[in-house]
Amino acid sequence: MPLPSKMEISGLDVFYGATRALYDVDMKVAEKRVSALIGPSGCGKSTFLRCLNRMNDIIEGCRVDGDVLLDGNDIYARDLDVVQLRARVGMVFQKPNPFPKSIYDNVAYGPRIHGLTNNAGELDEIVESSLRKAGLYDEVADRMSAPGTSLSGGQQQRLCIARAIAISPEVILMDEPCSALDPIATAKVEELIDELKEDFTIAIVTHNMQQAARVSQYTAFFHLGKLVEFGDTEAIFTNPEEKRTQDYITGRFG
Amino acid sequence: MIEKGWQTSERATRRLKKRYRRERRLKAAGILAIGLALGVLVLLLGSVISRGYPAFVKTEIALEITFDARLIDPSGSGEAKQLAKGKYGRALRQALFAKFPDVVERAERRNLTQLFSKAARFELREMILDQPDWIGTTQRVWLTAASDVDMLTKGSLPRDVPQAERRLNDQQLAWVDHFEAAGNLRTVFNGGFFTGSDSREPELAGIGGALAGSFWTLLITLVLAFPLGVAAAVYLQEFAPKNRLTDFIEVNINNLAAVPSIVFGLLGLAIFIQLFELPRSTAIVGGLTLMLMTLPTIIIATRAALAAVPPSIREAAHGVGASPVQVVSHHVLPLAMPGIMTGTIIGMARALGETAPLLMIGMVAFIVDIPSAPFDSATALPVQIFLWADSPERGFEEKMSAAIIVLLAFLIIMNALAVILRRRFETRW
Repeated sequence: MPLPSKMEISGLDVFYGATRALYDVDMKVAEKRVSALIGPSGCGKSTFLRCLNRMNDIIEGCRVDGDVLLDGNDIYARDLDVVQLRARVGMVFQKPNPFPKSIYDNVAYGPRIHGLTNNAGELDEIVESSLRKAGLYDEVADRMSAPGTSLSGGQQQRLCIARAIAISPEVILMDEPCSALDPIATAKVEELIDELKEDFTIAIVTHNMQQAARVSQYTAFFHLGKLVEFGDTEAIFTNPEEKRTQDYITGRFG
Repeated sequence: MIEKGWQTSERATRRLKKRYRRERRLKAAGILAIGLALGVLVLLLGSVISRGYPAFVKTEIALEITFDARLIDPSGSGEAKQLAKGKYGRALRQALFAKFPDVVERAERRNLTQLFSKAARFELREMILDQPDWIGTTQRVWLTAASDVDMLTKGSLPRDVPQAERRLNDQQLAWVDHFEAAGNLRTVFNGGFFTGSDSREPELAGIGGALAGSFWTLLITLVLAFPLGVAAAVYLQEFAPKNRLTDFIEVNINNLAAVPSIVFGLLGLAIFIQLFELPRSTAIVGGLTLMLMTLPTIIIATRAALAAVPPSIREAAHGVGASPVQVVSHHVLPLAMPGIMTGTIIGMARALGETAPLLMIGMVAFIVDIPSAPFDSATALPVQIFLWADSPERGFEEKMSAAIIVLLAFLIIMNALAVILRRRFETRW
């Protein structure tokens, strides 16, 4: 891979109780690029994504083996603080899930709990710039105190993206961020992802093959808990090495 | 009119008719059930209210009393301490015998004074302590009538039965009629019912003491059960690992909620009174005992409210790097609060109406002083109802029904509060 990698994953196994969800996955997430994770339902791509900021910790009975390195440091190390990890590796979920608080408080919550600023003026600036980066500021500037849940689905998802980038993470994980959105809202979010890769490293899980092709530079294809193929998006979509990859992207199964 | 043949077949039409019939039968059964339930409710409320509302008024008799200085203030000092020792009973009797000069026999005279409550002389004393300048004057004052006169004017005591079966004899009836004809008999609002405490005399008995006892008891219960219950539920629901031990605890909390309340009373007796040697008959022990009983209710309600908070909110908070405690205290707990409050209020309403455990820890005593602290001897409202239901005097029957009205009013208010809270904050996500 030509670019420096932000995260390196090797020999990753995940178990949910007795069920094995991932088998020996090796992958690299390139810095300031978009990496797409594709594959049929239940293939383990979301599980993989959730390993990158240890969101699997809160799932009862989940066990993770293997190494996940962020800038060369093991994020599963005993002395690593998971709160600080999640401040560096943010997340956007499948279903828009703003807090039932005002738009302003949704974005300001992260900076507040991490103590990024004690100054009300600075906090206002962080909120405004995060909303601007998420392309939502112009739509909500005059109703910052309205509840976040009063926005439309697409706006809510961009609010969640603003909330994630407000704590200036280095990596943003997106778990099917557009699956609950209509095509217009999807287009806006895709455009946004393209802009965000200037500043952030992004890993995105998607069911939509065209979306993966449009927004990502690297693509990983998962099947039955195994990483089947990983490489340049263009190569994967035009000239896959594996037959299973070809079958999936041409719609023969999945 | 639908064309023939629009329906598929004769059999389908028949089947459809049968289906509708079944629906109508189900509806009718439901309406019948609701009607029955409502009917029973109306019957209960109707009987309690019709029997209890007269207790909110009381009968008074007016009398011309001469506040003779020789009786009231023999030392002539005019000090409150001396005035309090005055012979007010004598003053009342003198006024009575002056009004009915032809009553001379001892037994008749006793019957005459029995028309007035035993508290009448204390009422006279209060009047003099308020207006010392009444000494030496003659005033027309209203005095509380005895319970039998009260019952008679309210129509609870039948007149048209033989004298031997009556609480008041013919002569007493004549005296009452005489007072009434002269405009010296009236019924007024009975404020003493709410401020007074229990008494051997029905016309003096009030629920003030029982209300204060219930207040202290419930305060202790709330202050202990709410934080303990919420903390236990938060730990079990949000932090505890799922293993045999927590399963065992969960099952047993559910069991505790179903334990009959009298068992909690015995537990309170054994632990708080015998082991910790706290004073019996007190609100502190009552509150602790009811706390044991309310705790499982609050824990179960809180866990249900916590479980109803969507997991997406928890994920969102974890996702921006909130620590587990922050996730709970900033997001989950505030969202669950309406449900927790509802459960707590319903638990408290149950505790308010609870009688059996309080009987076990001695809160069933006859207590005349209004408790002013949790360590004072006290009874509670439902226990007061139990005590009055046990009393033979006619006058206590309406007091009991009136106390039930007050208790039901509190329960309705508390349950309404729970409903309002739930409606108000239910769907915010």
